[in-house]
Amino acid sequence: MRRPSLTGWLIVALFAIYFLLPLLGTLLFSLKARPAFQAYVNVLKDPGFVGSLTYSFVIAVLTILASIAIVVPTAYWVRLRYPRIRPFVEFVTLLPFVVPPVVLVFGLIRTFSAPPLALTSTSVGTDALLVAAYAVLALPYMYRSADVGMRAIDIATLTEAAQSMGAGPLRILWQVILPNLRSALISGAFLTLAIVMGEYTIASFLTRPAFGPYLSLLGQDRAYEPAAVSLISFAITWLAMGVIGLVGRGSPNRVQLAGAR
Amino acid sequence: MTVPAQALVQGGSNVRPAPRRFLGLLGLAPFALFALLFLFLPVSFLVVGSFQSGAGALTLQNYSDLSQQFIIDAYSNSIEISLVTAIAGGICGFLLAYAVVFGRVPRWLKAVVMTFSGVASNFAGVPLALAFIYTIGHAGVMTMWLEQVFGFDIYAGGFNLYNKIGLEIVYLYFQLPLMVLIVAPALEGLKPDWREAAENLGASSAQYWRTVALPVLTPTLLGTMILLFANSFGAQATAYQLTACQVNLTTCVISAEMRGNVLHNEGLGYALAMGMVAIMAVALVLYVLLQRRAERWSK
Repeated sequence: MRRPSLTGWLIVALFAIYFLLPLLGTLLFSLKARPAFQAYVNVLKDPGFVGSLTYSFVIAVLTILASIAIVVPTAYWVRLRYPRIRPFVEFVTLLPFVVPPVVLVFGLIRTFSAPPLALTSTSVGTDALLVAAYAVLALPYMYRSADVGMRAIDIATLTEAAQSMGAGPLRILWQVILPNLRSALISGAFLTLAIVMGEYTIASFLTRPAFGPYLSLLGQDRAYEPAAVSLISFAITWLAMGVIGLVGRGSPNRVQLAGAR
Repeated sequence: MTVPAQALVQGGSNVRPAPRRFLGLLGLAPFALFALLFLFLPVSFLVVGSFQSGAGALTLQNYSDLSQQFIIDAYSNSIEISLVTAIAGGICGFLLAYAVVFGRVPRWLKAVVMTFSGVASNFAGVPLALAFIYTIGHAGVMTMWLEQVFGFDIYAGGFNLYNKIGLEIVYLYFQLPLMVLIVAPALEGLKPDWREAAENLGASSAQYWRTVALPVLTPTLLGTMILLFANSFGAQATAYQLTACQVNLTTCVISAEMRGNVLHNEGLGYALAMGMVAIMAVALVLYVLLQRRAERWSK
């Protein structure tokens, strides 16, 4: 603490240059299109942009819902009734870290492109497979969010109270446990949103009309528009992380780390 | 045989009526089914395939085929880039975290750095590659500016965004913030008492760091750098967008195999994938072990 504060500022400023330059460069590049802001006008008029953004958003919401449906009952039952299998469940939730997205989608395609599980033969089936793949990517931190959230509330007492008033297990989960986990799950949910919105590899191999593949293709075809879309994509990530920051303020256990892309 | 009272009390929960017990297990069914279908089944498909020849016979040929030069190159490129960005990202990230925690900077600046780190560590893939291309690519804004204002062509000067070094510079954009995100809380976890105790014993600041703080932090620092390694090793989209896989990476070879335009050898693709999983598994095990050591001091 005895160092002059100048050193601290200097280090931060130095890194700020590295981190802000690419953003500034992208902004200036996107503004090179004439007339001014034409790149942004073109992008907003492009049905591919709106379509892929909407598609990825819907997939992200479905992924979040599916993850919550899978993870919350599991974390609840393991904590309440089966603490002995807890290490095993935690091990499984860590496995997606070991399987890179490109390997995961490789296995998924090979498994689900032939009978009896031929999901990729229909468009809806492939969408479902995409949601499942993203739910796998989200598993480690969604499970952690739910588990950390349950540590903070006394689920045993809540369950007994609900049971003594005659609630069944599904009702307890839906009306008692889930509302109490809201803030814990929000950080996981918005991290999932940020990841799904920008994901490229899995969406591309499943040939889905998602935002990542759209931007990648645009980057090869057009000059200024991809710069505009890249900035918009950065803003989306910023928004999602901002919500996590607001919700998780003061909580040491918020989750904001994802895997490789 | 006497039964301890405790066992009897615990035993009480075991004589739950059968239907409730069944319902309890039913609660785990969605998770089990999900993990089985979308995690275990695809991975076992790759495992089994990696030991099969094209005709379906049991073979180790796929694994011995991994010794082809371009595959060895791909693995060593991937490992090299992951190592370089893990170490450089680790050191720089530590420096930045140190600056915001101990550098006597205002609270708001620390908050800005931490929030930005959360964003940047997740801003990977296609848009990140494009941002660098528009800034210091062949026609990038900064490339042009340097040439127009200073008459200096960085590409003639030997810089290249589209090779290994360029890729490493781009990867640092998400690696470094990841380090900051994990290490800053660890730095804050250093107890002031330790420092005071060291000072009371006459230790200088450097001695305190060398003999107290760094040994306590080492498992966290190493563990996080392993996480960075894994983070980079599994990455694909950034490299694909930036170099169109001119820099030959493991993820690129697997992608090419999946698109069916290079190897024409299913089994080899599966073996490649297994190689990646094996390296990631080693990284994860090391990470978990170091994590356990790191937690020893946080209690």
